[in-house]
Amino acid sequence: MIRVYVPRDSAALSVGADDVAAAITVQAQQRGLAVELVRNGSRGLLWLETLVEVTTPAGRVAYGPVYPEDVESLFEADFLHGGAHALGHGLTDQIPYLARQERLTFARCGITDPLSLDDYLAHDGYRGLRNALAMDAAAIVQQVTDSGLRGRGGAAFPTGIKWKTVLGAQAAQKYIVCNADEGDSGTFADRMIMEDDPFTLIEGMTIAGVAVGATIGYIYLRSEYPYAFDVLNQAIAIANQHQWLGENIQGSGKTFHLEVRLGAGAYICGEETALLESLEGKRGIVRYKPPIPALKGLFGLPTIVNNTISFASVPIIMDKGGEFYRNYGMGRSRGTLPFQLAGNLKQGGLVEKAFGLTLRELIYDFGGGTASGRPVRAIQVGGPLGAYVPASQFDTPLDYEAYVGISAMIGHGGIVVFDDTVDMAQMARYAMEFCAIESCGKCTPCRVGSTRGVEVVDRIIANQDRAANLALLRSLCDTMLNGSLCAMGGMAPYPVLSALNHFPEDFGIEAGELAA
Amino acid sequence: MSYSELYSDLVEMPGALLPIFHRIQERLGYVPQEALPEIAKALNLSRAEVHGVMTFYHDFRSEPAGRTVVKICRAEACQAMGANALVAHAEACLHTPLNSTSADGSATLEAMYCLGNCALAPAVMINGDLKGRVTPARFDALVAAAGKAVPA
Ligand SMILES: Cc1cc2nc3c(=O)[nH]c(=O)nc-3n(C[C@H](O)[C@H](O)[C@H](O)COP(=O)(O)O)c2cc1C
Ligand code: SF4
Repeated sequence: MIRVYVPRDSAALSVGADDVAAAITVQAQQRGLAVELVRNGSRGLLWLETLVEVTTPAGRVAYGPVYPEDVESLFEADFLHGGAHALGHGLTDQIPYLARQERLTFARCGITDPLSLDDYLAHDGYRGLRNALAMDAAAIVQQVTDSGLRGRGGAAFPTGIKWKTVLGAQAAQKYIVCNADEGDSGTFADRMIMEDDPFTLIEGMTIAGVAVGATIGYIYLRSEYPYAFDVLNQAIAIANQHQWLGENIQGSGKTFHLEVRLGAGAYICGEETALLESLEGKRGIVRYKPPIPALKGLFGLPTIVNNTISFASVPIIMDKGGEFYRNYGMGRSRGTLPFQLAGNLKQGGLVEKAFGLTLRELIYDFGGGTASGRPVRAIQVGGPLGAYVPASQFDTPLDYEAYVGISAMIGHGGIVVFDDTVDMAQMARYAMEFCAIESCGKCTPCRVGSTRGVEVVDRIIANQDRAANLALLRSLCDTMLNGSLCAMGGMAPYPVLSALNHFPEDFGIEAGELAA
Repeated sequence: MSYSELYSDLVEMPGALLPIFHRIQERLGYVPQEALPEIAKALNLSRAEVHGVMTFYHDFRSEPAGRTVVKICRAEACQAMGANALVAHAEACLHTPLNSTSADGSATLEAMYCLGNCALAPAVMINGDLKGRVTPARFDALVAAAGKAVPA
């Protein structure tokens, strides 16, 4: 029987994947053809969604973007045997966008049925945990440390060091908490791993539990991701049934219980201490540090809080070794990062690559330039608190330290492209507005500063006392940068100042007039 | 009326308050203010605390929503693909400003800050279903289809 793949990832569903799948079933029936329909994850070539694949003797062949009305012509073209069609892209693995990637964390993504444990096991799944179960705790933590993995949630803190702290803490109960709040605009890597290869996250969190002696884990998932919620709950049920979760995992005597909890639409709950407050059933207000969550985290007990992709990168590290992972990357940025190409691009999607490539490569070689066909003007890297990067910096290598060097940040790897119609003063205003909407309210520089910031930018745009208001804006940014408790207020000035410094003309400042 | 039967199975879980709000909103479409004193009692919290949590989170509504709930992303990636124009279009099409419900109760329009569909921008969510590549024309078609699916 011929196998046809139609993704069930929510990005694919958002452009009609279910209708495409239904149309394929109907056409096949009408033509008396037997097809086996698999609902796989997404390959991450999102501009081609719905990407339909067919297994042929040469490999999987891709067609996309397929809409329901294209299905009849695909059958006419004999796509079931890889027939030529205007939407055809040849062998999926040879599509340059995919072939040029280094898929470690996302190795299985789009290839397998996300909810098939057999598929997972057949594609190297649970090899990492098997190794971990045969090791002592300190050796697992050492392996993660050796990999050079740094937190993928934004702050890039070394994961192994965090785990070591929790391992060394004495407590009757410890917790593993996955930060799946993924609030940054332009990011969807967490969502994809959860929807398209959920066992990888479950495996990574289980390894963390085994490593530090934590028997309970929570995935704090943003409520904007209902499909991921559903897939995770199904995957957890399957893992429990097959003794990959619960008591006595695979006869090892180890226990790990995992539960998904929903956020409720608050960006600040991505900040780890606000997240813990929220998990405890409270308002998502940021906590003072110290104490750090590794020592006093959820319900006051030692807790690992890591980003979804941090956990999801652990299985391959435990499978192939820290050394293997460490061999990718540059400087102190080791391994790979799933970059997420979004905004005004022809070819948006997920690009997992070793650190060290450049924005230019990402947006032209992968992204194919803007969707509008107009020149790229600015790129916001690292979410709403990330800087706007101008074309003169497109060749800076994507490396944590190199980005700090240009007053920018890689963060969670979101790349949002704007063409030359963008008004950077409006984007600066938006950055302040977003901070005002999402501030937890605990400290004045952020709560009041952001609201003032919107007003000041408005006055600059309206050309009211421009010079004085520009000075005021800088001083406000300075207060927020230095006086905020967390990075919400502490980094919201990055998009504002980068917009102002790199695109002064949008603020009505003549060339040469810019006072630093 | 007592609301406790909606959530009695959740009361014992650690950090139960958000799950309880989610459950009530899932079943009733909103969290009636009358439910708060009861929840406070069940969880041994003050009313002020329960009220404070409810109002902190954007998700929870204290009034019923319109028949069609349209959530529209206005974050950066969608802005780069024309989200601001789509918001204006949606306000006109649904006869209601952002973050409100139309006078006839037919639709609620809410601003979102990222739906995780940033490569297929602009994105909206209609009655819980994610939609991508939403042009104004496609928006109208999607809203019309959703309106038909819900008995008026
Ligand atoms: C305002 C704000 C929002 C954040 N949002 C997220 C988020 O959505 N996801 C995430 O993993 N980390 C987020 N972080 C970072 C977390 O506080 C924390 O550093 C991270 O969860 C640690 O995990 P990691 O070391 O694996 O990155 C945010 C931080 C701040 C200040
Ligand atoms: S900087 Fe903003 S979000 Fe962070 S603690 Fe202060 S008020 Fe809360």
